Amino acid sequence: MKPRWIDRGAALALMCCAATAVADNPYLPVEGNPHFQSALQGVKPAAVTVRGFQLQRHPVTNGEFLSFVKAYPEWRRDVVPPLFAGADYLGQWLAPAELGATAQPQQPVTRISWFAAEAYCEAEGARLPTWYEWELAAAASRTERDARADPAWRQALLDWYARPAGKDLRPVEQSATDVYGLFDLHDLVWEWVQDANSLMSSDEAQKFCGSGALSLQQKENFAVLMRVAMLSSLKPNDTTRSLGFRCAKDLPATGQ
Amino acid sequence: MKRTRSSMAVLASCLAGAWVFTAIAATTKSTGGTHGDFGPPQGEPIHAVLTSPPMVPPPVHRNHPAKVIVELEVREIEKEISEGVSYTFWTFGGTVPGNFIRVRQGDTVEFHLKNHPDNKMPHNIDLHGVTGPGGGAASSFTAPGHESQFTFKALNQGIYVYHCATAPVGMHVANGMYGLMLVEPPEGMKPVDHEYYVMQGDFYTVGKYREHGHQDFDMQKAIDEKPTYVLFNGSEGALVGDNALKAKVGETVRLFVGNGGPNLVSSFHVIGAIFDRVRYEGGVHEQENVQTTLIPSGGAAIVEFHLAVPGSYVLVDHSIFRAFNKGALAILKATGPENKAIYSGKEVDSVYLGDKAASPAPVTEARAAEASGTLTKEQQIKAGEARFTGTCSVCHQGNGQGLPNVFPPLAGSDFLMADKKRAIGIVLNGLNGKITVNGNGFDSVMPPMSQLNDDELANILTFVRNSWGNSGDAVSADEVKELRGSTKRPEGAAH
Repeated sequence: MKPRWIDRGAALALMCCAATAVADNPYLPVEGNPHFQSALQGVKPAAVTVRGFQLQRHPVTNGEFLSFVKAYPEWRRDVVPPLFAGADYLGQWLAPAELGATAQPQQPVTRISWFAAEAYCEAEGARLPTWYEWELAAAASRTERDARADPAWRQALLDWYARPAGKDLRPVEQSATDVYGLFDLHDLVWEWVQDANSLMSSDEAQKFCGSGALSLQQKENFAVLMRVAMLSSLKPNDTTRSLGFRCAKDLPATGQ
Repeated sequence: MKRTRSSMAVLASCLAGAWVFTAIAATTKSTGGTHGDFGPPQGEPIHAVLTSPPMVPPPVHRNHPAKVIVELEVREIEKEISEGVSYTFWTFGGTVPGNFIRVRQGDTVEFHLKNHPDNKMPHNIDLHGVTGPGGGAASSFTAPGHESQFTFKALNQGIYVYHCATAPVGMHVANGMYGLMLVEPPEGMKPVDHEYYVMQGDFYTVGKYREHGHQDFDMQKAIDEKPTYVLFNGSEGALVGDNALKAKVGETVRLFVGNGGPNLVSSFHVIGAIFDRVRYEGGVHEQENVQTTLIPSGGAAIVEFHLAVPGSYVLVDHSIFRAFNKGALAILKATGPENKAIYSGKEVDSVYLGDKAASPAPVTEARAAEASGTLTKEQQIKAGEARFTGTCSVCHQGNGQGLPNVFPPLAGSDFLMADKKRAIGIVLNGLNGKITVNGNGFDSVMPPMSQLNDDELANILTFVRNSWGNSGDAVSADEVKELRGSTKRPEGAAH
């Protein structure tokens, strides 16, 4: 089912541009859904059209981001303007261009601002996924494209939320893949999306006491709501110790 | 609505300066002197003293409105919810409930909410004592590693709940994100000998009550409103044993009692005491001579009582299964001379104290030994004794003698010692009908105790089989587990 050329293409791209990359992070195709029921929709049931796209297999790692910083030194933590990345940006690294003992190359990179994430993806010829794209991909389980009605899927999400973030992050790709072959969408880090800043900004009231739950289509789907709450608490230059990202691309035009 | 002459006089007497009086006169909305804007803050800003439960900050002792700076830090931490059971709590200040905040009516509060960088979640705060939409929630929405600031004037006196109101609100509250803020009346509160801070909450874990190890939050149980634990101050051991609240005979105690919920309404009662005064619902009116006061989820009350005789006073939610089967039990220990004219005297017995009367240390020691594979029979006996108290001694008595013709003896019992496997089965599944013990017939009912964990049952059985003249080998948790797996039974009852 999976078109092999995508994997090959991505691998080639990595070989040419990121020689020090610690792991292959190919873009895998995610099937679109013309009637996707997003948890973000209003009180009335409504579907959105999400076109097929490609998403990176795992969250971008420290090692991968280090290669980027070396190629684009304007994103070093010691030179980046505060407007684009807050004071804690890449604070887990030993030096502006050195991981050191506190940041393993295979761990997902965190303390990343939205601007930095977007710049990384642009350098890859890619972009951040939109919320709908991310939500569509993350709805999958090991066996289903849309597992959101499965209590076990939901509980697995909540179990991750219940673990404090203070502990060391594990390396990427240590858990099982979903039906698309993607790793770590739910149990490792939060992830930036392209439209993080506009998820809730139209209605401040959604952030607190009840009204947030009211406007969610799937009221029982608290786990998704928590992602939205997290992203909407951030400004684009904010960073946190458990927030990373991965990149997305459109599917190649047919006939290519 | 016009302020009455008398309430205005009261307020004016508390304040200095004609300009302040003007400010009061300009206030058109007021209800009986409880609603006060006493003008702009005076003097240097004050940093609020925050305390962890069960302590309460000292009285304000101030005759003018001030600017008070409150700095509250959110921490997501793993702590013990019950002996041998850990849980990830989300807290205001590292404890459940969160830091107690104490200000004076009319104070301008500059509130700083900090979300620790190690936290995973965004958080905010809704203070019920704030006049304004959301109670501060929208202004305080804070990502991990960040800080928010907002300012409000404490217009109404009273005791107010605060809580996190970030989606999903229920989960944030269920994980312990609540606390109390006291807004003192301008004239202060009547001095008492002790003030304590107690707050009830309901908790929902995937594992059952007292199931060991780390327990995750169970969203479905929370939605179904079926708590695993109902607790005072966030842990079964928070206010018992060495942590019990303390006072002396002849003293008056004031409890600030809140209920964080998220679901249950509390029927707050202190066994052996009558509340002399209750400011029910945290308002300004007092009720006197109250036995049990209702505290809604997201509400609070101030209760005061004096201690006439010594002993252990047991704080409970009088929805009583919560006290004995879910942990809603705390102790206030009063020391001092007996007064036989008021009470003939007998320490509150195991019926009320349950296994809280015994030190949990042997239980903890046995659990650690079992984990490391070094558990001895002696450790099991000591741990079993701690659990026997309360759970079993109510019927079989502390000396194992039982009650003639009603509850069979365990001491020197031929029936108990004849068949180890049968004994395990009886404790797990209960027993109903005629038996003969040491030549005496009994026809009674023992409820199943299957709610206890395998190691607890093994320790209890090892204790009774090696006490009061009995001598036998140890019962292992594996033996209990095997029998539990091979029999069908309803979930047990503890008492």
